[in-house]
Amino acid sequence: MKAAVIVFPGSNCDRDAATALELITGRKPQMVWHGDAALPDVDVIVVPGGFSYGDYLRSGAMAAHSPIMASVKAAADKGVRVMGICNGFQVLTEAGMLPGVLMRNRDLKFICRDVLLRVETTASEFTSAYTKGQVIRIPVAHHDGNYFAEPAVLDELESQDRVAFRYCDAAGATTEAANPNGSQRNIAGILNARRNVLGMMPHPERLADPLLGGTDGAPMFTALLNAFA
Amino acid sequence: MKAKVHVTLKSGVLDPQGKAVSHALTALGFDGVLGVRQGKYIELDIAETDPVKAKPLVEDMCRKLLANTVIENFAIDLEG
Repeated sequence: MKAAVIVFPGSNCDRDAATALELITGRKPQMVWHGDAALPDVDVIVVPGGFSYGDYLRSGAMAAHSPIMASVKAAADKGVRVMGICNGFQVLTEAGMLPGVLMRNRDLKFICRDVLLRVETTASEFTSAYTKGQVIRIPVAHHDGNYFAEPAVLDELESQDRVAFRYCDAAGATTEAANPNGSQRNIAGILNARRNVLGMMPHPERLADPLLGGTDGAPMFTALLNAFA
Repeated sequence: MKAKVHVTLKSGVLDPQGKAVSHALTALGFDGVLGVRQGKYIELDIAETDPVKAKPLVEDMCRKLLANTVIENFAIDLEG
């Protein structure tokens, strides 16, 4: 499995993503600078977390129009897997590759802690190594993670089994109290219609190594690896 | 000419920042603030001098970058 990690000015989880990918796939991903227009021939592209372009205008808005994103979009249209984490999720929504938008957190605070997620679908190459309904612990670190879309869009996501993760409590209940940022219907991650583009606010790459205190994020990378085995 | 762009949240979209500002105003003793909606004001200096051509140009800028039309509306005033 060949992977690339996109690096924007202000990305700060690009190396975490690269480390997790290398740890699990055994291959160093290529780091691709945002100003490059050409993308290497890869199977998986990670759009990492951080504060691309200082979150100017709106989180992800500037990065969505950087030269490399046109290539990322074209690659996704050809079926290449694209995984947007945190700021990467914001970039993918701003680029129109995923529906909806990530707004300021309900309580206006930057949230940096572990949250619990319920795996909503295993029918994707990102989530196939989990079991449906499984509760996993993954860190979040964001100010703008409040997922918003029109009710019709949310209904479509649900009817097409495109909600990947929801915020939940330890029992797996998607309560308002377990919703850290006010996201509509507790949505933490979604897929595109073709199921080859995933965006999620939590950071699986930050809990993919036992040294970091957990490995609940590792199956996302294992699943991708399995897809190419 | 100058293009003045106001970007505002669509009605129905929650505005937690506006709400916090509203609470703060009430706490300062400003009674009668019924609601606050916070938005953005962007001033552009553009080379185009014909308002008929400038309008669609700036609208295109708004749709592509300045506003996220999933949650935001925009209004354009041209001057000069």
